[in-house]
Amino acid sequence: MVPLSWYLALSAVLFTIGVVGVLIQRNVISLFMCVELMLNAVNISLIAFSRLHADVTGQLFVFIVMAVAAAEAAVGLAIIIALFRSRETLNVDDADLLKL
Amino acid sequence: MSSLLNSIDFQYVIGALVKIAVFWIFIMLVVAYTVYAERRVLAVIQNRLGPNRVGWQGLLQPFADLLKFIFKEDIIPLAVNKWLYVLAPIIVLIPAMMVLIVYPFGPGDVPLPFGADISNTLNDLGKRFGMSWNLDLSKINLYVTNMNVGLLYVFAMTSLGIYGIVIGGWASNSKYSLLGGLRSSAQMISYELALSLSVIAVLIQAGTLDLAKIVEQQQGWYGFKWNIFQWPMFLPCIIAFTIYMISAIAETNRVPFDLPEAETELVAGFHTEYSSLKFALFFMAEYVNMMTVSVLATTLFLGGWNGPGVETYKWLGPVWFLAKVFFFLFLYIWLRGTLPRFRYDQLMDFGWKVLLPAALFNVVLASAIGVLFL
Amino acid sequence: MEFSHILFLGLAALAVVAAFNVILQRNPIYSAIGLIVVLGSLAALFLTLSAQFIAAMQIIVYAGAIMVLFVFVIMLLNVRAEETRMDKQKYLKWLAAPLFLALLAEVMTVVRYVNLTPQPLQSANGAANPQGVLGTVENIAFGMFTDYLIPFEAASILILMAIVGSMLLARREQKEDVERIEKALIRQQEEEQKYEEEVAV
Repeated sequence: MVPLSWYLALSAVLFTIGVVGVLIQRNVISLFMCVELMLNAVNISLIAFSRLHADVTGQLFVFIVMAVAAAEAAVGLAIIIALFRSRETLNVDDADLLKL
Repeated sequence: MSSLLNSIDFQYVIGALVKIAVFWIFIMLVVAYTVYAERRVLAVIQNRLGPNRVGWQGLLQPFADLLKFIFKEDIIPLAVNKWLYVLAPIIVLIPAMMVLIVYPFGPGDVPLPFGADISNTLNDLGKRFGMSWNLDLSKINLYVTNMNVGLLYVFAMTSLGIYGIVIGGWASNSKYSLLGGLRSSAQMISYELALSLSVIAVLIQAGTLDLAKIVEQQQGWYGFKWNIFQWPMFLPCIIAFTIYMISAIAETNRVPFDLPEAETELVAGFHTEYSSLKFALFFMAEYVNMMTVSVLATTLFLGGWNGPGVETYKWLGPVWFLAKVFFFLFLYIWLRGTLPRFRYDQLMDFGWKVLLPAALFNVVLASAIGVLFL
Repeated sequence: MEFSHILFLGLAALAVVAAFNVILQRNPIYSAIGLIVVLGSLAALFLTLSAQFIAAMQIIVYAGAIMVLFVFVIMLLNVRAEETRMDKQKYLKWLAAPLFLALLAEVMTVVRYVNLTPQPLQSANGAANPQGVLGTVENIAFGMFTDYLIPFEAASILILMAIVGSMLLARREQKEDVERIEKALIRQQEEEQKYEEEVAV
C-alpha cells in the first residue's frame, strides 16, 4: 500500500505551486486558475485522510468544497468579464483603482 | 521485481486486457459499418442507390474509405495553433472510446467453452517462469468491469469530449470554425443537463448506478420487467425515455440538432479546416458517441441483454443486446433522412425552456411514485 | 516497489509537471489545458484512494463544467499571450523559487512523521453491501442525507446565489439600468437645489 505521507507530500507540492503561481501571474484568469489548483491540492489531502480513518466525512467535505469552487468560479468569471468590459485589459497590475 | 509481479492481480488484468481488445475491435467494426449502413439507408429514403460497387453490395466500402482517408493530403493551414490543432481530434476520440469498459454486453458468470483447459495451460506457463498465477477462466463476465459508479463514468467521459470540439474550433483560426465550435459545445452542455436529469427516474427504480446490476434487475417476466414497462415506474420511465432520446440526438450533434456542423449553414462547423486522418478521427468520434448513447438507451430503458432464452443459453445475451443497439442506430439514421434541422436559437430555447423543466418535473414525479409504491 | 507505488509515482509526476505548466505558460489556453491534466490525474489518484464517487464528480463538475467555463471565457474575451510583461514589482519573480523551496521544506519536515499506512479495503465492484464500502455512491448518499444534510442544503442555496449573482454581474448595460441611474441623478440634483434654497433662506 502507498504510505499516506506520499499523498500529503503531493498535496503540499501542488499547493506550493499554486501559491507561487498566484504571486507571479499577471493575467487575472491565470491567477484564478492557480487558486483552483490550490483548492485541488487541499482536496487530495482531505481524501487521503478520509482513506486513513476509513471515514466518509472527508469525502463529503470534498464534495461541498467542489460545490463551493463551482459557485466561486462562476461568480469570479462574471466579475472578470465585467472588469474586462470597462477596462479592456486583463492585467492585474492595471486594476489599481477602487472605481470599476 | 518479483514483489512487483506478485502485487498485480493477473486474473483481472489479463481478462480485462483481452476483453478490451476484443470489444474495441468489435466496436470499430460496428462504427465503420454504421457509416456504410447510414449511406445505404439514406439512399433508400432518398430514392436512390447508395454505394454498392466495392465488394458484394458495397460491403467493403468502409475499408475503401479508410484507405482514402489515410492517403489524402494532410493540410495544416499556416495560421493555426499547431499543438492544439493536432490535439483536438485526439481529445474528442479518446474519452468517447473509453466508455466501452462499462458496456454490459451480456450476463456475468457465463461458461466459457474450453475455459478450464485454457486456464490450466496458462497456469503451467506461469509456473515455468516462477509466478503463481492461479487463473480460473471457466466462467467469464461479458463486460469488462461493473464499476460501482458506472453511469457517472459514462457522463464524465461525455463531458470530456466537449473539449476537443471547443479547442478544435478555436485552434483552426477561422470564423466558421470558431462559431461552429462554440455553438456546438454550448449545445452539448445544455442538453447534457436534461440527459442526466432524465436518467434519474431509472435510478430511483434500480437503486444503483452499476450498469450490470441495472440490466440484471430487468430480467424475467417475458419482457415486462424492462424499465419502460415495469410497474410502478412505467410512466416516469416513458417520459424519461422520450427526453433521453431527444437529448441524446442533440448531444451527439445529429439531425435535427446538427446546425453547428451542417454543410449548408456554417461550411462544416468546427471541422472545416481539418482534412484526411484528423477529419476521420472527428467523424469516428461522432459515431462512437452515437453508439455510446444507444447502448445507454438499451441498458437503462429497454432491458439490455435480456430477451427470450437468455436464462438457458447465456451466450444469447450479446445477440439481443446488439439487436436493440442496432435498432437505435437505425432510428438515428432514419431521423436524419426525414427531419429538417432546428435553427440555433430554437434549439437552445427547446433545450432550456422545454426539456429541462420537463426533466425536472419527471424527477419530482418519479420521486413521488417511488416513495408511494417502492 | 509494488505496482500501486509505480502507479502513484506516475500520476503524481504528471500532476506536478502539469501544475508547473499552469503557472509558467504565458498563453492562458495552455494554462487551462495544464489545469485540466492536473484535474484528470487527481481524479485517478482519488480512485486509488477508494473515492470513486468523488473521482467521477471531479471529472464531471471540475474538468467538465468549471474548466469549460474558463475556456469559454478565455476564448470569448480573446485573451492572447502576453507580449511584454511590464512587472511593476520585478523582485517578486526572483523571490519565487527560494520561497517555493522554503515552503516545501517546511511542509516536508512535518509530513515525514505521518508515515501511516491505511488498512486494505474490499473491492467496490459487485460488492454485496455497497453501503459498507468506503467511497461508493450508497455510502456517500447515506452520510450526506442523514448526518450532513444541513451542509448539503446550504450548498444548494449557495449555488442558487451564484446563479443569480453571475447572471447579474455579467450582463450588458440594460436600458432600464441607464434610465434608473439618470432618474436618481435628477432626483439628487433637485434635492441639492432644495438644500441650497433652504440654506440661502
